[in-house]
Amino acid sequence: MVTLLYFARLREALNLNEERLSLPTQVQTVAQLLDWLKQRGPNWQEALGSNKLIRIAVNQEMANPETRINEDDEIAIFPPVTGG
Amino acid sequence: MKIRVQSEDFDLGQEVAVIRQNNPQAGALVSFLGVVREFNENQAITGMTLEHYPGMTEKQLEKIVLEAKQRWQIDDSLIIHRIGKLLPNDQIVLVVVASAHRQDAFLACEFMMDFLKTQAPFWKKEQTADCEQWVTMKQDDEAAAKRWKNTAD
Repeated sequence: MVTLLYFARLREALNLNEERLSLPTQVQTVAQLLDWLKQRGPNWQEALGSNKLIRIAVNQEMANPETRINEDDEIAIFPPVTGG
Repeated sequence: MKIRVQSEDFDLGQEVAVIRQNNPQAGALVSFLGVVREFNENQAITGMTLEHYPGMTEKQLEKIVLEAKQRWQIDDSLIIHRIGKLLPNDQIVLVVVASAHRQDAFLACEFMMDFLKTQAPFWKKEQTADCEQWVTMKQDDEAAAKRWKNTAD
């Protein structure tokens, strides 16, 4: 099982802030996770579609498309940050 | 080196006084204060909500401070970033750097702010009379963070 967290505009667009689930065995990287999530429907396709507007963190460290995903990981998906 | 993510307001004078007390050897203190602005593209802002990623926010801020320490001589530093609901003119963020040298203090403070703007997981939502919308990252902020790459050594 992994934990997926959604923040800010993404959370609102997907109407979901957190979920715990088991990933299919073929989902092993961040890129594969995003592709898999997009298959959930047009809402997901639109929200996660543009790479420029999506950032991913795995276990609270910034990740990239090649970052591997392991059991018990915490994966956060969010828009570019706007603090300060 | 202190980092605080909190909803409560802070007192800049008080925070600087504490750092001075703890660092009598530091001859130079630089501080930056970020405030909720009143207007965005000619629309009056009625409020702002700051969301963050608990856990990762503190980690990223720690990384930013550590990197600044590696590049410049810093005796002490403080970052306070507020979260939750804020009003126009409210204080959002404070960065204070204490050093023996003013150049280190100025540069480290600017560096910390530039990196906080691009690396720390906070998201702002602005409210106006008509609507609410998420602030988008500015090109200027990304450019500001990038220019520090050339000075890293």
